[in-house]
Amino acid sequence: MSAASRRSALPGFGLTMGLTLTWLSLLILLPLAGLFVKTAELSPTQFIDIVTSPRTLHALKISFGLAFAAALVNLVAGLIVVWALVRYRFPGRRIFDAIVDIPFALPTAVAGIALTTLFAQKGWLGAPLAALGIKVAFTPLGIFVAMIFIGIPFVVRTVQPVLIDLDVELEEAAACLGASRWQTVVRVILPSLTPAILTGFALAFARAVGEYGSVIFIAGNLPNVSEIAPLLIVIRLSEYRYADATAIAVVMLIVSFAVIFILNRLQRWAQTRTLAVN
Amino acid sequence: MSVASTNAVPSVASRALLARRDARTEPALMRGLIIGFAVTFLLVFVALPLVLVFSEALAKGVGFYFAALTDKEALAAIWLTLITAAISVGLNLTFGITAAWSIAKFEFRGKTILTTLIDLPFSVSPVISGLVFVLLFGAQGFFGPWLMAHGIHILFAVPAIVLATSFVTFPFVVRELIPLMQEQGSLEEEAAISLGAGGWQTFVRVTLPNIKWGLLYGVLLCNARAMGEFGAVSVVSGHIRGETNTMPLLVEILYNEYQMAASFAIASLLAFLALVTLIAKTVLEAQIEEGRHTGDD
Repeated sequence: MSAASRRSALPGFGLTMGLTLTWLSLLILLPLAGLFVKTAELSPTQFIDIVTSPRTLHALKISFGLAFAAALVNLVAGLIVVWALVRYRFPGRRIFDAIVDIPFALPTAVAGIALTTLFAQKGWLGAPLAALGIKVAFTPLGIFVAMIFIGIPFVVRTVQPVLIDLDVELEEAAACLGASRWQTVVRVILPSLTPAILTGFALAFARAVGEYGSVIFIAGNLPNVSEIAPLLIVIRLSEYRYADATAIAVVMLIVSFAVIFILNRLQRWAQTRTLAVN
Repeated sequence: MSVASTNAVPSVASRALLARRDARTEPALMRGLIIGFAVTFLLVFVALPLVLVFSEALAKGVGFYFAALTDKEALAAIWLTLITAAISVGLNLTFGITAAWSIAKFEFRGKTILTTLIDLPFSVSPVISGLVFVLLFGAQGFFGPWLMAHGIHILFAVPAIVLATSFVTFPFVVRELIPLMQEQGSLEEEAAISLGAGGWQTFVRVTLPNIKWGLLYGVLLCNARAMGEFGAVSVVSGHIRGETNTMPLLVEILYNEYQMAASFAIASLLAFLALVTLIAKTVLEAQIEEGRHTGDD
């Protein structure tokens, strides 16, 4: 604390830092720590039994697998949307830019019932898809669709500012030196966007893994078919099997943190590589 | 206004850019495809669900719509949602300001760890955010037996709903304020202090006017999430009708009872809130941007 007061002439460090740490510990850290303490009450074999039961494994596979696939779709679709919004001028561009935030702003339960009605067999999109023999609502495909919906703003909003700030002179230089447009995009623009793309991907993935509200209505929730891990936690809680719920939660947290950590590393690696190239 | 003048300057510059653009843009066909995909994707996939909410809400006519909204359970849910959001936003606003002051205005060891911890609720599933409070206050929880012995109700009651909502909305205000306050530096505050102003006076007269738009922006996002939170609240609420149902929970209950029009009526209120939030957000972003530029001059 003395180090802080030496550098800043402003008052209030002790008070505000004290309040911050107290509030953070009481509301966030203590409850999260409780999760791990509760898990520690289980013996290692009990923990492994819960986590490797077929139903749990399937739910985890559904949540993580579909979230990864949805984040990949978001990455590609998000890049195209960002490109159109930043590089081109077309009527209603500002409105389309605002539309991107709808999945952020719309409460998840509302998104859930809306997507379900939209993709149900008689729905606006469900009916034409059913005619093609594609069933979306109440299948794993429905989960996938909901995860794409909630993830899209993450990729767009992380890549957008970077693409706006990108120096166009680099592209012009590449074009002057005889690079084709495709070469310029792949060799010059994409590498500069890579760190932002990875961040957007990680955020969309993390959100989709834990997503509950917008998924459970459209999922169908059949055990071993279309049951997501967060729903299994809720089911175990309603059966008063607290230990089971907690064990699943801990696995989800650990895997999510590991994925975010790896992507963070990748992002840093991409950043230093871009700097080295430039 | 200055808006007009700032708009006029880039339009000349962008015309000059357009002339150079040929060398660095895609063929017209490619451009058409990209715009076509982006527009279709956003309309069909993102905007259509929102349109559907209002269309379904009014499916049984305006009379039914207003009857559904003024139903006793609906009014109780709206009231609980407003109360919960007011308390959670208030708490996180207070915390956000104190945390941003200590993090943005001072240098200390472990700052990165602290900001990572503050962002933690963003990477936790809403269901887990509710679960942690069940583990603390539930009958089998750490404080459960003691609370029960003293007749205090936290879980399956309003306190747990407020706690879970505060947990998930924790980072919203502070993460808007930190970059803003860091960017502005401490020179103005240091000047005020050296001229004899007190700490509180300096904050209210100097800092607050500088951060007001960012603060409002954080509160706006925090409030939208607080009113719309479903997963965490669903786990801790106990779904007691007329008592512990927030609007999102009532949407779920009505939907599962196949009362579609009533469910979408409540949902349309939340969707309306989302629309207002989006519009206010766009306006505030322009204000914050303008504040940055006047700061530069």
